[in-house]
Amino acid sequence: MSTGRDPGLQPERTRLAWRRTLLTVTVVTVLAVRLASTGDPTGALIAGGTVVVWGALLVLCWPRGTGTGPARTGGRTLPLVTAGTVVLALLGVLLVLRGLG
Amino acid sequence: MWEAIRRWFDPAERGSVGETPDYRFSLANERTFLAWLRTGLALVGGGLAAAQFLPPLPMSHLREVIAVALLLLGAAVAIRAVDHWARTERAIRLGQELPASRFPAILALAVGVGALLLVGAVLLRAVGGR
Repeated sequence: MSTGRDPGLQPERTRLAWRRTLLTVTVVTVLAVRLASTGDPTGALIAGGTVVVWGALLVLCWPRGTGTGPARTGGRTLPLVTAGTVVLALLGVLLVLRGLG
Repeated sequence: MWEAIRRWFDPAERGSVGETPDYRFSLANERTFLAWLRTGLALVGGGLAAAQFLPPLPMSHLREVIAVALLLLGAAVAIRAVDHWARTERAIRLGQELPASRFPAILALAVGVGALLLVGAVLLRAVGGR
């Protein structure tokens, strides 16, 4: 009891929430790369962009919620993760529109 | 609008109003944001799946319209998530009421209407396709 650890395990729950989010990002990335893989240069470029966004989000989100003490909250990570999600969506729109051309 | 976007990226300004709350409140707010972000990501994933797994539909480009609508809805959900997170954080720091929002109701209605339309399409196909 003297550790000052939150009995509600909020830092741990938050860490798992970040990990779940990364897992979802990974699924979206796999779907985007699959959609992009038609062998043409544009598709390869968009697939590459998707993988870069995935890597950036991985590096950005992995440290979040580590540790069990009064955790780091806020910062710029949340808007940056949102920006990454919006970029993934827009790359997806490009992929869909490419299929029309 | 640009002012709001600048504020999302400025932790120093966010920390300058009100008092620092119990960190667990901030963590709870962060988890709510993440749940919304995953909702947005699921819509993006749904759009990407629709684009590649739906069979060609009777109406031309309907598949692409569905995919782009889901992708843009996902982006909107993500942007709204960070905005709501920032406003909630501010309200917690100032000891104010948490911001109310119609967005969950609107999104639920949109998803419900979309699902009903799909049920209609499937039934129509089952009846007319024979």
